[in-house]
Amino acid sequence: MIRKILPLIIIAVFIVGGCSNPSPSVSDQTIKATASSGAYITNTGSDTIVNLALAWAEKYQSLHPNISISVSGGGSGVGIASLINRTVDIANASRQIKTEELDQAKKNGVDPKEFVVARDAIAVIVNPENPVSQLTMQQVSDIYSGKINNWSEIGGENRPIVRLSRETNSGTHVYFLENVLRMGKKDDKTFFAQDTLLLPSSQGIVSEVLDNPNAIGYDGLGYITPDLKVIAIAKTNQEPYILPSIESVNAGSYPIARDLYMYTAGDPKGAIKEYLDWIMSPDGAEIVSELGFVPISR
Amino acid sequence: MTVREVQQFYKRKSLNRILNSAFTEKIITGLIKLFGYSAILFVALIFYYLVHEGIATLWEVPFGTLLSTRWYPIEAFYGILPLLGGSLVVTIGAAVIAVPMGIGVAIYIGEISPRWAREILKPFIEILAGIPSVVLGFIGILVLAPFFRRIFAIPTGLSALTGAVILGGIAIPSIVSVAEDALDAVPRSYRDGALAIGATEWQTIWKVTLPAARSGVLMAVLLGIGRIIGETIIVLMVTGNAPVMPTSLSAFVSPVRTMTATVAAEMGEVAKASVHYHVLFFIGIILFLISLIINITATSIVFRKKKRSERILS
Repeated sequence: MIRKILPLIIIAVFIVGGCSNPSPSVSDQTIKATASSGAYITNTGSDTIVNLALAWAEKYQSLHPNISISVSGGGSGVGIASLINRTVDIANASRQIKTEELDQAKKNGVDPKEFVVARDAIAVIVNPENPVSQLTMQQVSDIYSGKINNWSEIGGENRPIVRLSRETNSGTHVYFLENVLRMGKKDDKTFFAQDTLLLPSSQGIVSEVLDNPNAIGYDGLGYITPDLKVIAIAKTNQEPYILPSIESVNAGSYPIARDLYMYTAGDPKGAIKEYLDWIMSPDGAEIVSELGFVPISR
Repeated sequence: MTVREVQQFYKRKSLNRILNSAFTEKIITGLIKLFGYSAILFVALIFYYLVHEGIATLWEVPFGTLLSTRWYPIEAFYGILPLLGGSLVVTIGAAVIAVPMGIGVAIYIGEISPRWAREILKPFIEILAGIPSVVLGFIGILVLAPFFRRIFAIPTGLSALTGAVILGGIAIPSIVSVAEDALDAVPRSYRDGALAIGATEWQTIWKVTLPAARSGVLMAVLLGIGRIIGETIIVLMVTGNAPVMPTSLSAFVSPVRTMTATVAAEMGEVAKASVHYHVLFFIGIILFLISLIINITATSIVFRKKKRSERILS
């Protein structure tokens, strides 16, 4: 019996050994590396910011090889929830922290500090086959709330409108609800039409808009590819229709633009403070414009 | 044999004796028993956890809200009916596709196909069962959804239909393997008897073999449905996730939001111990109960007492 079992045991030992042996040495190295510099920064949150945050992190790590930064997405809510649970150093958010979240943070003994790191325009996009090229804010609001249901009502072809939105945990979704559907009015109780498709990613919206001539979607300027058709927006039907761009956002003429935030638990110290200072320096701002976002003009 | 070899031989023999002794046997059977019962323990613990986290829903959210038709959790609209309806629509759609096809494939493999075709088909069906669902989700978004939008002239292909077709596809392998085992277990004498009194091959299958295997086939169907209702990532990717209450047949070609997709999409952002968090766990309880009912029904069919006629025949 032993003779039968022995080879199995040997194989098992090899497999276990093979799996586990190299990994401790690798993690030992990373621990040593971070211990000598004391800097391992975690950064989680908004999917809108994730590409920007990654670009910052890559550049910063190449300038400071002893610092490692890990970046992940998941949505603004995820980032802030992680900050409250103390599982992340910097939370990215495409909206301001909500009062309930602030209360919860205080309950956990976390004092979130806010930094505006860039600005973003939200572009309204349609399929390139769609002849509609400009809309007023009121028309966009009416489309998403379900008052306008056919493209022919706003000068397009006789096609049903398929409304695409991000999931409700997305900061972009909340921003769009408050500033476009409700046009910034606090007591307005307009909702997204119930048949609005809630897609889990920005990419999902882009690929459906590219494929479907019925679709209308919205997404951060950083996600807009040249093969999408971007709609020019006017604040009212008396004002000019403006396409989103770095210039029009900085000039304040494009109406659907917002600030992007980073939050830390308490005042940032040490490596985290240095990183945030660098992000808001001209070097950081250069990366902001490279990725299609709008740098904060100071 | 040298003296040394003889010594080793006896040493080995005595080791064997220790391993085979009643004591070790007791330990081994005890361990195996423990593993067996641990499944019950895990199920009980999971259910306890779900109830513990989700039951607060019942007093935090009024019944009127819970049974309403608007799901918009960021403004405290917790109507779960559209989500239940969405799961139901996708499940029915997938079952309509998977059940006839799954049983058909099982009949072909078990009763009709020549041996070589069976040797090829079975492994391929098993491979189908092993394809990761996220891959099928991608195919759904990029291929099936645009295709269905064009051929059915529906506003968008991200709909219950696309979800149902893919879920039907992943349920087929589980239905086939269980149903085929059930058909295989029907005694050869049944078929011989039917053919001997002049029944055609189809009559034998339809009137004799399939009815004789019906409890196993029914269990296959229920297990397939259980697989469909619990699937998450595919429905999240391809059904559009619009929480619309299905009220007519057109719901099958419209976007729907299932319970599983809702939990998957919203669990990540929710603040712990908030009302929304409790409601998501409450949805988890509902899903757990549904699959529990399906499994209990399936096992009770298999273990039910055989009818007198069936006992005589077998």
